[in-house]
Amino acid sequence: MASDAHLFEWLCRMGDNALVLGHRVSEWCGHAPVLEEDIALANTALDLIGQTQLWLGLAGEIEGKGRNADALAYRRDVMDFRNLLLVEQPNRDFGHTMMRQFLFDAWHIEMLSALKGHEHAEISAIAEKSLKEVTYHFERSADTVIALGDGTEESHKRMQDALDRLWPYVGEMFLSDDIDRAVCDPAPLREAFDARINAVLSEATLTRPDSDFAHKGGKTGVRHTEHLGHMLAVMQFLPRAYPDAQW
Amino acid sequence: MYAQMVKSTGEGVRSLDEMDPQERAFQERIDAGGKIEPKDWMPDGYRKTLIRQIGQHAHSEIVGQLPEGNWITRAPTLERKAILLAKVQDEAGHGLYLYCAAETLGVTRDQMTRDLLSGKMKYSSIFNYPTITWADMGAVGWLVDGAAIMNQVPLQRTSYGPYARAMVRICKEESFHQRQGFDIMMKMAKGTAEQKRMAQDALNRFWYPSLMMFGPSDAESIHSAQSMAWKIKMNSNDELRQKFVDLTAPQADYLGLTIPDENLKWNEEKGGYDFSEPDWDEFFEVLKGNGPCSVERLEDRNRAWDEGRWVREAMLAHADKKRAAKLAAE
Repeated sequence: MASDAHLFEWLCRMGDNALVLGHRVSEWCGHAPVLEEDIALANTALDLIGQTQLWLGLAGEIEGKGRNADALAYRRDVMDFRNLLLVEQPNRDFGHTMMRQFLFDAWHIEMLSALKGHEHAEISAIAEKSLKEVTYHFERSADTVIALGDGTEESHKRMQDALDRLWPYVGEMFLSDDIDRAVCDPAPLREAFDARINAVLSEATLTRPDSDFAHKGGKTGVRHTEHLGHMLAVMQFLPRAYPDAQW
Repeated sequence: MYAQMVKSTGEGVRSLDEMDPQERAFQERIDAGGKIEPKDWMPDGYRKTLIRQIGQHAHSEIVGQLPEGNWITRAPTLERKAILLAKVQDEAGHGLYLYCAAETLGVTRDQMTRDLLSGKMKYSSIFNYPTITWADMGAVGWLVDGAAIMNQVPLQRTSYGPYARAMVRICKEESFHQRQGFDIMMKMAKGTAEQKRMAQDALNRFWYPSLMMFGPSDAESIHSAQSMAWKIKMNSNDELRQKFVDLTAPQADYLGLTIPDENLKWNEEKGGYDFSEPDWDEFFEVLKGNGPCSVERLEDRNRAWDEGRWVREAMLAHADKKRAAKLAAE
C-alpha cells in the first residue's frame, strides 16, 4: 500500500492533469471553427473539470489538512502543480489543441484502464467513471486528427507541425518514479500507447517524429513551462483577490 | 427578447374574408391551435418572418456564449466553472436546434452565419453589454435568462411545429440557467461587503438593458399585429416587460439589492409595479452597432469563423475522400 504522502502527490498528478487540460480546453468557449466543435470542446472540458473535483477531492482527504479540491486548485502556485508539461501547452490553433488532446487521451485511456480494479477502492471507482468519458474523448480526438491530417494540404501541414511541436512532451507521460510506482507505473503502458497512436497517425498520413527527446519536470513540479503561471493568474484571480469570500 | 424588432410583412392583418382559400385554410388552422409543419403550404411573409425571428434567436444563443465565456476561465470554484461550462454548452445546443428549425424553412445555416458575420442579421441587444465582474454571471442568469424565459415559455405554443418543439427543450434548460444565476446573486448579495458591492453594481448595469430585451412598446406595430395573428408572437412587448418587472422586483428585495429606478413602486390598482422606461435612444444605438461591445462581439465571431476555415475545409475534404474510397471499394 502506498504511503499517504505518495498517494497525495500521485492524486495531485492525476487531478492537475485534468484541471490544467480542462482549463485549456475551456479557453475555446465560443471560438471553435464550427458550432458542433464548440459543443464537443465544452463537453470535454466539463468532463475534465468533473474528474478534477474527484481526484483533488480525494487528494485533500488523504492529505488531511483541511484542504478541499478548490483549495488545491485555487491556492497553490506553479511549483506545487504536478501536471504533465504537455497539458499546460497553450491552445495555439485548433490543430494543436486536438493533437494535444489526442496524445493525452491515448495515455489517459491506458492509465485509467490500468487503474480499474486498483486495490485502493476510491482510485478504482474514479478511474472507472472517468474511463467512460475518456473513451469518448479518445474516439473524438483520434477521428479529428485523422480528418485533419488527411484533409487538405494546409490541414496536413498544420497537424504535422502540431505533432512535431508537441512530441517532446510525450515522453514525460511514461517516466516513472517512486510516487508513480507506489500506485501505478506508467512505463509499461508505452507499448499499448504506441500501438494506439501509430494506427491513428498512419491513417492520418502523419509522420511520427524519430526523436525520443523528452522535456520533463511537470509532474515532479521541478520545472514547469512559463505558460502555467499565466494560466493560474487568470484561473485563481478571484479566490486570490478576495480570500475571505465564498462563491 | 432574443429576437427584437422583427419585421413581418409590413401590411395590416387581413380578415379571413380577404384571403384566398389556401391562406384562409392556413389561418383557420392557426386560429384553431393547429401546428404548421415544414411541408405545409404557408404564406411567403410567414416563412420570411419566421426565418428572421428564429435566425435572430439562434444568433443570440451563439453570440450569447461570449459574455459568459468571458468568465469561464475565471470562475472562482470548480463547481461554478463546471456549471458555467454546462450552461454555455447548452446555449450552443440551443443555437443548433434553432438553426435546424430555421433550416426547415428553406435557408441554410451557412447563409444565416454569413448574414450574422456581415452584420446583416441581428442578435439580441443584451449581448452587446460587457461582463465586468463575477456578479455579472449572476445578473445574466437571473435577469437576462429570466427575461428570455418570459418570452420563450409562451413560444412553446407557437404555430410553427419545429420552432415550438425546439422551444420546449430550450425552456427546460433556461429555467435551470435562471436558477443558477439567482444562486450566484444570492451568494454575492449575502457575501462580503465587496461581493455585495459587485452584486449591486451588476444589477445597476443590467437592469435597463434587460428591460430593453423586450423591445419598445409594440401596441401600435403592424408587424407585431401580423406576427400575433400568425401566433409566432404570443404577447405584446409591454405585457411581457410588465410581467418580468412584477416577478423580478420582489426577488431583488429578497436579495437585499436595490433596483436602480426611483419610480419603481407597487400599483395596487393595476396589480403590478409602475416603473421607468429604459433609454430607448440607447437601445436604437445598440441595434445600429453602437453597443459597448458590439464591435468586439462581431470581431470575435468573425475571427473564429476565419481562423476555423481550414478546419471546416479539411473536414469536408476528408469526408469526400472517404466517400470516394467507399464507392471505389463497392
